[in-house]
Amino acid sequence: MDGAQLVRMINDISNFFNSEKDQEIAAAGVVGHITKFWNPRMRKQLVEHVEKSGAGDLSDLGQLAVHKLGQTN
Amino acid sequence: MSTTVWRDLGTPESPAEKFLDLVVDGLPVSVPEGTSVLRAASEAGLSIPKLCATESLEAFGSCRLCLVQIEGRRGYPASCTTPVESGMVVRTQTDKLAKIRREVMELYISDHPLDCLTCSANGDCELQDMAGVVGLREVRYGMSGENHLEAKKDESNPYFTFDASKCIVCSRCVRACEETQGTFALTIDGRGFGSTVSAGQKESFLDSECVSCGACVSACPTATLMEKSVIEQGVPERSVKTTCAYCGVGCSFKAEVKGNDVVRMVPDSDGKANRGHSCVKGRFAFGYATHKDRITKPMIRDKITDPWKEVSWDEAVAYAASQFKMIQKKYGKTAVGGITSSRCTNEETYLVQKLIRTAFGNNNVDTCARVCHSPTGYGLKTTLGESAGTQDFDSVMHTDVAIVIGANPTDGHPVFASRLKKRLRQGAKLIVVDPRKIDLVDGPHVKASHHLKLMPGTNVAIVNSVAHVIYTEKLHDSEFIKERCDAAQFDKWVSFIAEDRNSPEELEAITGVPANEVREAARLYASCKNGAIYYGLGVTEHSQGSTMVLGIANLAMLTGNIGRPGVGVNPLRGQNNVQGACDMGSFPHELPGYRHLSDSVTRELFEKEWNVSIDPEPGFRIPNMLDAAHSDEFMGIYVQGEDIAQSDPNTQHVTSALEAMECVVVQDIFLNETAKYAHVILPGASFLEKDGTFTNAERRISRIRKVMEPLAGKADWEATVMLSNALGYQMDYTHPSQIMDEIARLTPTFTGVNYEKLDEGSIQWPCNDEAPDGTPIMHTSEFVIGKGRFVITEYVPTSERTTRKFPLILTTGRILSQYNVGAQTRRTDNVTWHDEDRLEIHPSDAELRGVKSDDWVGIRSRAGETVLRAYVTDRVQPGVVYTTFHFPESGANVITTDNSDWATNCPEFKVTAVQVEPVTQPTEWQKQFQQFNEQQLDLLAQAAESERV
Repeated sequence: MDGAQLVRMINDISNFFNSEKDQEIAAAGVVGHITKFWNPRMRKQLVEHVEKSGAGDLSDLGQLAVHKLGQTN
Repeated sequence: MSTTVWRDLGTPESPAEKFLDLVVDGLPVSVPEGTSVLRAASEAGLSIPKLCATESLEAFGSCRLCLVQIEGRRGYPASCTTPVESGMVVRTQTDKLAKIRREVMELYISDHPLDCLTCSANGDCELQDMAGVVGLREVRYGMSGENHLEAKKDESNPYFTFDASKCIVCSRCVRACEETQGTFALTIDGRGFGSTVSAGQKESFLDSECVSCGACVSACPTATLMEKSVIEQGVPERSVKTTCAYCGVGCSFKAEVKGNDVVRMVPDSDGKANRGHSCVKGRFAFGYATHKDRITKPMIRDKITDPWKEVSWDEAVAYAASQFKMIQKKYGKTAVGGITSSRCTNEETYLVQKLIRTAFGNNNVDTCARVCHSPTGYGLKTTLGESAGTQDFDSVMHTDVAIVIGANPTDGHPVFASRLKKRLRQGAKLIVVDPRKIDLVDGPHVKASHHLKLMPGTNVAIVNSVAHVIYTEKLHDSEFIKERCDAAQFDKWVSFIAEDRNSPEELEAITGVPANEVREAARLYASCKNGAIYYGLGVTEHSQGSTMVLGIANLAMLTGNIGRPGVGVNPLRGQNNVQGACDMGSFPHELPGYRHLSDSVTRELFEKEWNVSIDPEPGFRIPNMLDAAHSDEFMGIYVQGEDIAQSDPNTQHVTSALEAMECVVVQDIFLNETAKYAHVILPGASFLEKDGTFTNAERRISRIRKVMEPLAGKADWEATVMLSNALGYQMDYTHPSQIMDEIARLTPTFTGVNYEKLDEGSIQWPCNDEAPDGTPIMHTSEFVIGKGRFVITEYVPTSERTTRKFPLILTTGRILSQYNVGAQTRRTDNVTWHDEDRLEIHPSDAELRGVKSDDWVGIRSRAGETVLRAYVTDRVQPGVVYTTFHFPESGANVITTDNSDWATNCPEFKVTAVQVEPVTQPTEWQKQFQQFNEQQLDLLAQAAESERV
């Protein structure tokens, strides 16, 4: 799937969880959300896309979440 | 009229709890205070003659036929307008009464055509019945005097006629239009002998404000207002109780049938969702079921440029199964999936998701709720613990203040709108939150106290500012919050919502709504006894759709408006079975009953019942499937009753994904837009052709019953069983009731549901040991998650912004006469009212562009462009344009973007930045659409032709 689209989706999700001041908790929220609702292949592709192409347009919280996701995958 | 006339008790039921005892014709009767003598007599099994009285309308007392004698009283009072009193002694049959009634009837008949034998209502006419009941044997006045026998017949409405010569001016139609429908389109014009029923300002029915709900037709005691279908086909022979297949109100109907043909659909007075009312779609627009465009033969083809080949069911199913197996072998187990339909039954959607999780062996199942109410599921589950509305429709009759957000009930959910309008006429207040001036804002005898005319995309800002006012002005319900809600989450939420940046003053520049208007609306909602929120797709189809649903739930909890009649959070579901399709496990991350796949206990329950291993990870959502098709990861799809090529955003993206797939199987009653990209068509069965259940917006599970045989020989669930068996997963159901029994075994909220119980009446889930009769109102004493959860709802503007290039915001919606993608209603006479989608544009925006009503205008967005005709109106505000999406050639979704809700990927249909300008020809997309459409229709025609040869 298109990596840019996955980045866009993770940014949208991060915008919601960004209201949590503790960014660790917020990132856990993002990871929890996509673990619950995303197909594992999409999660894997997101991590691979960021590893390959860099953070690019990924938000700060999105980066933290993808980092956490990479550790759990 | 309807065939229920003899069950009519004459006047409405009294809600009083105190009972009074009286004697009618020597029989002791006990009825609630406020009951009419007419109804008391009816409840005692007695029949007092009547014409102007009917139990769906308030007593009127005009026909003078229901006169009675009451001991101790002088004269002959009308029993319909006389309330019972304790100890009253009533006589309904005396010589004197008989004489008066005969003379009254004599006067009626002296100005009525004596054509009973050829009249369309012969045998189903209250006037005819009453003439018999009172023993009328002659009309002494003859027929030569002044009369109305030559009055002109109004045949303008496509579905019913108004024959003034047969009218007895009983006002039942006028009162039905007022009391039941709330449109006030009819009136009695003139006085005395010159009195006539008039539509609008002496207009034809079609030109008047009449919305063709049929309430007047049902109420008419003669053949004055009569369905054209009855005139043409004759009085029906039998009736079958079933449920409407249009919107999420889920009206109960009696399908009245002659032979194998439905003659008319009559709203069921016992129906708990509709209370005997209907709209133009459910009442009249059922002709699509036998339209010539129906697909009645299974068909296959290798490529979408090939002609269709009509084949047997066995051959079609075997072909589909072999293609799916081939794809899975070539691309992997997860390269196929399917879509369930909100237009199909619970049993059918359950079976499709079961097929995908068992025969396909993955979780790639999704449903059309993805593009409508998926944020409702997420938002309400997160805050209140259950993915459903909290109330029944009756609840609105206890509401003091209703907030309608992003919904247009008079068009989208007309029967509910009539209930709401009735309550508003009784004095309840209304707050409308909508960019557009919907009919409820200022209609007949209905006026919103506040219309928060926000800019599209700013819902969350509005709900936050309303909550801010309520909390900071200390209007919240501290006791409810303390008792029912999670304290830590509330405290956290308070620290957010109380910030000045959430005040109406700070957000005014964003929302466009004057701060004082927001404050006044917030105070009104917070200070009433019972406040209810009703919302629609104007809430969910946004990039912050789920956030807005969370915000609405926050608001209800903040004010303690949860857990009793008159309050609550009420999503108005778009299609008839959106709730049910979601309940049945149609989402890729959860099993029936909204239980996540990762829950091993639930998974094991299903694994044991289904005898398979279930993948604990979520499958693809629809947009994921389409994206994956472009990268060869998703190559085959089974689509039951959905039309993603018309209903989903970014049409070009959808159709190119379908083209990329190697096997598209569409099960539908018509060659819909998606079917034009299919390789296999399995003919669908309409709601009239099968048994099953629908679950409406109030969680009400209602039976649909087979009225006629499936035109293609199989109900949809039978086709799914065949496909599953061909794929190698055995299904042995022989009736949908067995499927429901399985659902009940596996789903805690459905434990007590079965067909035997449903035959006694509809049931609202949860229905189980704790609630054997169902649950009209949820969360009465506690939430299923224990404490209600406040969630922070930060306003995040959509990335879809206006610019100099795209200066207007396009938002979309639906219209009364058409339904969803229009596949059904476009094939009925409802096109009389709406035969094309138009672009509503404000006069100032139109003038700036030199656009007049009826001009062709191009609408260009970042995603694409299309051409529609303009309708200049101040219903929309400056800077906002609006259109419907009922006609595929309009290409409304060619211009909508692929922005979506952050949580659920529900498309942001309601906000698209566009430019509008006059044009002279269709767009390239429209030309290509027309060409492709003609090609596909030709390929379909070739199939029929080769079959004949």
